Amino acid sequence: MTAGLLLDLLLALAVLGTAAWTLAARSQFAAVIGFVVTGLLLTLVWVRLGAVDVALTEAAIGAGATGVILLYVVARLRGGEAEISAATPSRAQRALAALLALSVGGALAYGVLSLPDPAPSLAEAALAGTAPLGLGNPVSAVLMAHRGLDTLLEAIVLVFAVLAVWSMAADHRWGGRPGPVFQREEHGPLSLLARILPPVGIVIGIYIAWVGADSPGGKFQGGTILAAMWVLPWIAGLVRPPSVTDWRLRLMIAIGPLTFLAVGLAGFVVAEGFLAYPPGFAKPLILLIEAAMTLSVAAALACLIAGPPERRRRA
Amino acid sequence: MTGTDILALAACGLVAIGLYGLVAQAEVLRKIIAFNLLGAGVFLLFGVVARRGAGAGLAADPVPQAMVITGLVVAFAATALALVLTLRLYQITGAATVAEDPPEPTAPDS
Repeated sequence: MTAGLLLDLLLALAVLGTAAWTLAARSQFAAVIGFVVTGLLLTLVWVRLGAVDVALTEAAIGAGATGVILLYVVARLRGGEAEISAATPSRAQRALAALLALSVGGALAYGVLSLPDPAPSLAEAALAGTAPLGLGNPVSAVLMAHRGLDTLLEAIVLVFAVLAVWSMAADHRWGGRPGPVFQREEHGPLSLLARILPPVGIVIGIYIAWVGADSPGGKFQGGTILAAMWVLPWIAGLVRPPSVTDWRLRLMIAIGPLTFLAVGLAGFVVAEGFLAYPPGFAKPLILLIEAAMTLSVAAALACLIAGPPERRRRA
Repeated sequence: MTGTDILALAACGLVAIGLYGLVAQAEVLRKIIAFNLLGAGVFLLFGVVARRGAGAGLAADPVPQAMVITGLVVAFAATALALVLTLRLYQITGAATVAEDPPEPTAPDS
């Protein structure tokens, strides 16, 4: 057995083990930790699959940002034991659920192992379309050009998600700053981290967003790091987030999709159609969209992490 | 069996574990976590397909990779919304589950 095969086997077992442990964990807190560990192991799996762009996204969003919002809810949710045990399915129902899960998993395994070989691939076509755009990272080329519509819609989904989360605010709290009130911490590890980390993290976030044109990285990965650097001082109480009615915050969230849409519509005039780039001028336009989208992703993710406003207008 | 096949089986196992947790657990928060595990398994299947489609000097087919990146961000947005709804449900009704028959409020004579 080669070392690579052994590593894959160990990773597979570790992922399944932590995932099963996540379900079995007694406390919700432990379940969230199990989920985050599973996510970090998945990052390694993505590297093994040769998908470094996805590995970065999984680490930043799948494990990191999702873990933060899960922990935040766990800290505030106090479910009654009686209610939970009354609502838990009976032993027979759970056995049926296990049967369902095993059949679905088994059918998937059968399907994925009997896929045609050699597999159909768009790698060649995607690579051929990458160079004319002036990009070096074929994944970014797919995101920004070949499947640009998907990415545009996804950018709009983020804006709608922020709107939906904000609309969960109680009426009398509308217009406040997003998220709960955090006590200002002058000393301690959180305060230290919130002062030292952002200057470094902001540079790394911008770098990862910038380098995405030619290497693994991009607006979503970089934007998530920037969001984390914004949320950290909020949680430490060092700075306060802008109010949900602040037009600058709203502009930040909307500027990315709006830029994307504007460039897409301009494609009707200067290129072949919607979301098409004029030949020779593709890279500057893509960089413009990427820059605006990085800002919007950072602002939207920070607002999604913070949650709806939880204090009055005059806090 | 190749390493990619092993990871493919792990993806299927992840889907099965997530599906079981989604059905068999009562707490909404745990259902959300299980649903994310299920989603991670589906994304991983995309990764396996991308790896199998390696060609033209690339380690993996970039098209499924781009779809997974899109999917991860949308999954995060959906999870954030689901968690806020869970929290709001709890703040309004005090319930951590969505049982059809909520536990009877304690009767005054008991």
